[in-house]
Amino acid sequence: MTSEPQPAAPASSGTPLVSLRDVNKHFGDLHVLRNINLDVARGEVVVVIGPSGSGKSTLCRAINRLETIDDGEITIDGKVLPAEGKALTKLRADVGMVFQSFNLFAHKSILENVTLGPVKVRGMKGGEAKELAMSLLKRVGVDNQAQKLPAQLSGGQQQRVAIARALAMKPKVMLFDEPTSALDPEMINEVLDAMVALAREGMTMIVVTHEMGFARRAADRVIFMADGQIMEQATPEEFFTNPQSERAKDFLGKILSH
Amino acid sequence: MENYLSLFETYDVPAAFWVNIQLSFWAAIWALAIGTVLALFRISPIPSLQWFGAAYVNIFRNTPLTIILAFGFLGLFSVMQISLASDLNLSLFRIAIVGLALYHAAFVCEAIRSGVNTVPLGQAEAARAIGLSFLPAARLIILPQAFRGAIAPLGNVLIALIKNSTVAAAGSVATESSGLMKTMIEFRSDLVIPIFLTFALGFVILVIPIGLLTTWASRKLAVAR
Repeated sequence: MTSEPQPAAPASSGTPLVSLRDVNKHFGDLHVLRNINLDVARGEVVVVIGPSGSGKSTLCRAINRLETIDDGEITIDGKVLPAEGKALTKLRADVGMVFQSFNLFAHKSILENVTLGPVKVRGMKGGEAKELAMSLLKRVGVDNQAQKLPAQLSGGQQQRVAIARALAMKPKVMLFDEPTSALDPEMINEVLDAMVALAREGMTMIVVTHEMGFARRAADRVIFMADGQIMEQATPEEFFTNPQSERAKDFLGKILSH
Repeated sequence: MENYLSLFETYDVPAAFWVNIQLSFWAAIWALAIGTVLALFRISPIPSLQWFGAAYVNIFRNTPLTIILAFGFLGLFSVMQISLASDLNLSLFRIAIVGLALYHAAFVCEAIRSGVNTVPLGQAEAARAIGLSFLPAARLIILPQAFRGAIAPLGNVLIALIKNSTVAAAGSVATESSGLMKTMIEFRSDLVIPIFLTFALGFVILVIPIGLLTTWASRKLAVAR
């Protein structure tokens, strides 16, 4: 839909890892996703920003079909996202998801949260899964909490466990749906640091966030959404210094004035 | 007083209560199993299963238990000649268990569904996001938390079931407590009030610990969020 030029080239060539073609979705009368076209290359970090209600969370959730779409096509690594069934389950296992509200399994220990997917979905042996889980927990700095229940951890720790849980599935792409929005301010950085480290390691990431600092530090491309449309996309440098659309100028003016 | 005590020599009151305990025990196990399956149907993504679960619950929850148990005896046993054991009394006992289980399964289903409502939607989304399909997600993530949130309502169903087991008399299980009470009142009309009180007290003693236990367990096992 957008008539803006789309200057940012993907970070690497080849077929896109995630591709959305003419995706539309309505919530009743509300047209939340309008003709979305988006390609994300392997290893690319795409940050999606925009005002509330712009459809950015819906976009993120549609990519592993936690939200259904009305029409259009989403492909992941060349495979069209199926509507349901085993094929969808299989594809979801390859797409890591980190939620705003962490959603750690409340009745399972931190360690079990991370080993559950590898054991039950990938059929990994218990000992091997535990080793993998401990190394991932160590990587996000919560390995000393492995035996605790989620409710015993701080929000920042829980979100880092959620990242480890998603990584344990060895995903091709990671989706982050406002991962720091439910956190106390002093815990935001510990989660962003883990995400930046992940980005540096070459993980393909689609991140919905209000953290402009993260976008500047880690993004290859910034996508600005408003009213269910992609209004513009550019490198962070370009987007933050020279936004093209009025909506983007207005949005940045509001959030960067302090 | 001596009159009253002589009742217990003539009539085996504990044995009658034992019949109710056995009826309740087996009916509770079957009701829990059937009710869990029904609850799975009701939360499943498949419309026909949802419909079946809802229809079952509405039919059995809204039918008087007396009618279900009388149907078990008159319909299944007498007319259709369905027998669940070679021994007549054992067969009637088992048919009563089936009736009690089918009826209370509807309430178990609703209790578990109320437990499912205590589990935040995000738990199911996280389970789906790591690639679990409906059944594994239900078994590993949703139901364990739902049961822990459903302990108190399940306890209520069990309490109702124990008391409702007296309706088995309508299914011709004559040995259970309310059947014995009727016999005792018929032959010892001088002691009607003490006989009533005896059976009432018997049920209070059976039921109170269950209420205490489920209240304690629902606190103890509550999922911290």
